[in-house]
Amino acid sequence: MVKTFPMGGIHPDKHKITSQQPIVDAGLPEFVYISLKQHAGNPAKILVKKGDRVKVGTLLADADGIVSADIHSSVSGEVVRIDDEKNACGYDEKMVVIRVEGDEFEPSIDKSPDIVKEIPFTAEEIIKKIREAGIVGMGGAGFPTPVKVTIPEGKKVDCLIVNGIECEPWLTADDRLMVEHAEEIVIGAKILNKIFGIQNAIIAIDENKPEAIEVVRNITRRYVGVNVRVCKTKYPQGGEKQLVSAITGREVPSGKLPLDVGCIVQNVGTVFAIYEAVMKNKTLFERIVTVSGDTCARPQNFRVRIGTPASFLIDKCGGVSAETAEVVFGGPMMGQTTINLQAPITKVTGGVLLLSEEETHRPDMMDCIRCGKCVDACPMGLRPFLIGIYVRNNMIDKLKNIHAMDCIECGCCSYVCPARIPLLDFCKLSKIELKKKQKGN
Amino acid sequence: MNIIVSDVIALGLIAFLSAMVLYFVSKKFHVEENPKIDEIEQILPDANCGACGKIGCRDFAESCVKADAESFKKLYCPVGGASTMKKVADALGFDAEIKEETVAVLKCNGTCQNAPAKISYDAEISCRLANLISVGQSGCPDGCLRFGDCVKVCRFGALSINPDTGIPQVDENKCTSCGACVKMCPRGLFEIRPKGKDGQRVYVACSNKQKGAVARKNCSAACIGCMKCAQICEQIKVEDNLSYIPSSVSAQKFGAELVKNCPTGAIIMTKAKKENVHG
Repeated sequence: MVKTFPMGGIHPDKHKITSQQPIVDAGLPEFVYISLKQHAGNPAKILVKKGDRVKVGTLLADADGIVSADIHSSVSGEVVRIDDEKNACGYDEKMVVIRVEGDEFEPSIDKSPDIVKEIPFTAEEIIKKIREAGIVGMGGAGFPTPVKVTIPEGKKVDCLIVNGIECEPWLTADDRLMVEHAEEIVIGAKILNKIFGIQNAIIAIDENKPEAIEVVRNITRRYVGVNVRVCKTKYPQGGEKQLVSAITGREVPSGKLPLDVGCIVQNVGTVFAIYEAVMKNKTLFERIVTVSGDTCARPQNFRVRIGTPASFLIDKCGGVSAETAEVVFGGPMMGQTTINLQAPITKVTGGVLLLSEEETHRPDMMDCIRCGKCVDACPMGLRPFLIGIYVRNNMIDKLKNIHAMDCIECGCCSYVCPARIPLLDFCKLSKIELKKKQKGN
Repeated sequence: MNIIVSDVIALGLIAFLSAMVLYFVSKKFHVEENPKIDEIEQILPDANCGACGKIGCRDFAESCVKADAESFKKLYCPVGGASTMKKVADALGFDAEIKEETVAVLKCNGTCQNAPAKISYDAEISCRLANLISVGQSGCPDGCLRFGDCVKVCRFGALSINPDTGIPQVDENKCTSCGACVKMCPRGLFEIRPKGKDGQRVYVACSNKQKGAVARKNCSAACIGCMKCAQICEQIKVEDNLSYIPSSVSAQKFGAELVKNCPTGAIIMTKAKKENVHG
């Protein structure tokens, strides 16, 4: 039986046109721009200076505090400058600019394609390796993984879920990763098992990826304790809390984490990175990115070095056409429209989409007719229309009572609204206003 | 007929009993309140804007009545201004302290002409939302987004978007310096400044902290941190490529020279008395 979460959700058009495209190497650009803040928490502290020569995997910046992550070089070459560069939104961000010269790896990195199956490390060693590799949650939030896998005292994990659900339309990066690197992901799950001291792991994949289900299922037959669970194709099935509820039936309380109900959810991209970090000493310097969209001439899945400008990838796919109205980083539901095509790919960028006017047009907002569609669609059981009204009228105190902070920013409410009210934008705004208020008090 | 009579008697009895209960309760639980509070509330502008730091005008009136001569000095109603405070002080028998009148100024001159739009934006018209999504149409990360959240929040109609420049302008006569725009602006572009002698004041109409060349790319009126103003008057400080003119700098003495020497026109001086273009 296919599983899903109990309330809300929508069924947007899938557009998974790249699901049969094998992952190809994007190659090396002339310059890479490596941001010091590609993760949740504090920006990393810079260690290199202008003129330094670096190799692939060289540590560029050190994690500042516990909730932060190390940043490594993704290419070999010379540090040209460390300065404010524009990110995807156009705001300034400290970035290390490296001129690419050759492709020399740090000697500790194991470049061989062999799959290593034995895990000779203890839990502490594994966490140390994950920290040193600078791994963050690659599903989009960018929360530092070492923090997530360090279980605080008094908490117990009994269920590890590997999130192979890519519910955003267009994106196929995780899908292809599962098809091409299934065994590594399963070993990655086993590595995580070792940290938590449990024997079982569940790889959740949604129905619309038959090839990935087939491949991963065949591999898991050889590994005891790792199972594949097929989930219903529904957005936002890949949300952490939705997945926990679909797989285990446990509801994560308001303001709590899946850990509080004994679950840990890790994206397949993260699990793959953990495998490579622990078994191959590979730091996180590349990721899979889908370049797609209805105005993209040659949609493809790329293996991209972190810091590659988006324009480099777009050019490889035929460039921006006259019909392209918006370029979106991430998925169309939760992603961010970029105003700067030179903006680099970061650890959390899963896709670059070139969308037409038709796909991105926002009709004028009309008045709320109280139809309740947003309430039906909200997977968290919130009342988005009410959040919209409160935040527009600056009634911040009331937002707390209607649990605006529980919003996962999935965008289902905006998608279904017949009056075309940008409810997601209002929900995001309300979360920011609430945080501001909490800080003020 | 009988029914009507019995109904009237029954309802009348209930009404009488209820009235007795109400009378008894109001006598028993009567709260003595200082009549001065009502008196002062009458004097106050009744805007309930919270600019004084209290919940509303009633709360402010209560604080005034409770205050002694020393703590009264700390209370000030920016909306009513000096005249209202004088009346309040007279009613309570305190000495009113004369405070300089203030007004909100916009620390950005990124007009449609100075900072032309490069990006088209078709989402909800709101500065707070636009600030989340991107740097804005002009590309300046600290500049005015021109969607008028400040206009919507102003309760006194003192702000309006100038159709020619695209940025908000402050009506000096209506502005009560309540500070609502300061709180609302997602980029903190408003500042409450003293109106100055004869309504003449000089300030830097820019908040961009980028390096000069970068800032100039997006806006021809950006402060580039060239230090020329700091050489004219030593009170002026330039930090993070941005100059700040404290309100203590006399507009009469330095104003004209500052405006003349600023290479980008980021320094603005309001004309003496009434009419002014920007402030």
